[in-house]
Amino acid sequence: MVINTEGLSFTFGKQQVVKSLALQVPEGSIYGFLGPNGAGKTTTIKLLLNLLKPDAGEIRVFGQDIKSHRIEILSQIGSLIEQPAIYQHLTGKENLLNRALLLGVSSQRVDDMLSLVQLTNAANKKAGQYSLGMKQRLGIALAMLANPKLLILDEPTNGLDPNGIIEIRELLKKLVAEHGKTVFISSHLLAEIERMATHVGIINGGAMLFQGSIADLHAISKPLVRVETENTVDAANLLTRNNYNVTEVTDQNLFVPYISKQQMGEINALLNKNGLAVYSIGKQQKDLEKLFLDITQNA
Amino acid sequence: MKGFILSFRSEFYKSRKTLGFWASIMLPLLIGVLLFVGFYSKSEKLVSFPPMVLWLQFAGAILGIMGSLVLPMYIIFIAYSVNSIEHRADTWKTLFNLPIPRWSVYAAKYFYAVFLVFTCLALFVLFTIGFGNLLSVVKPELRFDNFHMEKELAEIYFKLFLSSLGILSIQFLLSLLWADFLKPMGIGFVCTITGVILASKGWEYAYLFPYSHPMEAITTMMHRGEGSPAKQLQIDVFTKDVFVSLGVAVVVFVAGYFIVQRKSVK
Repeated sequence: MVINTEGLSFTFGKQQVVKSLALQVPEGSIYGFLGPNGAGKTTTIKLLLNLLKPDAGEIRVFGQDIKSHRIEILSQIGSLIEQPAIYQHLTGKENLLNRALLLGVSSQRVDDMLSLVQLTNAANKKAGQYSLGMKQRLGIALAMLANPKLLILDEPTNGLDPNGIIEIRELLKKLVAEHGKTVFISSHLLAEIERMATHVGIINGGAMLFQGSIADLHAISKPLVRVETENTVDAANLLTRNNYNVTEVTDQNLFVPYISKQQMGEINALLNKNGLAVYSIGKQQKDLEKLFLDITQNA
Repeated sequence: MKGFILSFRSEFYKSRKTLGFWASIMLPLLIGVLLFVGFYSKSEKLVSFPPMVLWLQFAGAILGIMGSLVLPMYIIFIAYSVNSIEHRADTWKTLFNLPIPRWSVYAAKYFYAVFLVFTCLALFVLFTIGFGNLLSVVKPELRFDNFHMEKELAEIYFKLFLSSLGILSIQFLLSLLWADFLKPMGIGFVCTITGVILASKGWEYAYLFPYSHPMEAITTMMHRGEGSPAKQLQIDVFTKDVFVSLGVAVVVFVAGYFIVQRKSVK
């Protein structure tokens, strides 16, 4: 395990923000750390980086205790926390050069990083004039400057356009596949994480609700069949009489757990046969909120 | 130690395009030029003065405002400036997750502020001597070249430097803890005014109050009314107010180190 925590707890004032967290991040994984805003993701990341001191629990990174091996551990981690930390009065390149100086990295590496995140053309522009997406990319370049074994990224795709998001995703996948890195990435978007993560941890209210591989998550996150029909109440009653488990009924839609394409066809036929017009029918992935409910109800 | 040197170099790299850095160079230059112009244009009134009095007038014009106002305000500004770079860019978190000991990061920042103050005061010495000698070249009737007080000037400014370290440490800590300018600035300003009043009223315990020290340094260094003018220029660098200033600097610096160690980066 690259990151391994036990009973990790942290309190801001009277509010316990992180509750007895047991993170397990395997080597060579892209670990998606999921949770809604305010779930304790950033606090957990700051604990991992020794920026905050835990009230209780242990943090082991690369098998070493963060308290006694802080410098050794930090020298192998690149991080991007919340907004990228950038000196606005320096250019993008100067920001990288300053950090290269502190890390003892060559200036050649600075140029490599600039081209990696496609900021070579904007290298000599003041970072204060960068767009949000450019700042985010510079933040990623800063995180990767020392060629760290572990990348810890807090919502790195915030503020990026779809192209930027895809680029970052491909870059992270490549780093893991070709360079043997481990990536710990937080997000509040399940769909975003699903596209790249190999492992997932879901946190809410400071407590871990689920942790496992992406396949484990898919096993829990069962898709639904969404049926848009003229009278959802009658349709729901009809389906229930025919042994379908209707999980939710709204004014426009009703939902049934998805089993197969055939089952969708059967539902469609049954409703039509009984004079209920079906406007649309389709498979729908559960969103994160529903997944949370599922996981908490199962727990 | 390596971490300290790297951090110190980085402080220079970061600040060399900021007002804080350039103020340390421009302030002595500007005041020097103003005085030069003043003495140049009023030279006919000054011709009758002996060289020593000329020098005392010239250097004293700066020193008078230095102790009471310029030095404390400059220190408040420098202490804020080196810390505000990180506050504004929200970079404390990246500084403290560098693979460099926290004490190096903290100490490098502190000593960089000390370095700036030292540079500024050293330039005051340099420009005072330089412009004084320049006056004797462009206005030979002003006989600046007939008297030398380089050593005394260096001693006076060295004393000012030492007596400013107490304030610098306090202001540095305030600026480290608070991101906004108004709190350290407000506290510093009120303390400076108090310090000047205490020192100028000759309160016997003024030497215990750091913000009085630059003023004290100026007022206590001359042995007034003791015989010949040459004797007046004996400068006592290590007076008790200087020791108090150094003591405060050490205590606050160490206290700041423990605060930084425990500092949670929110």
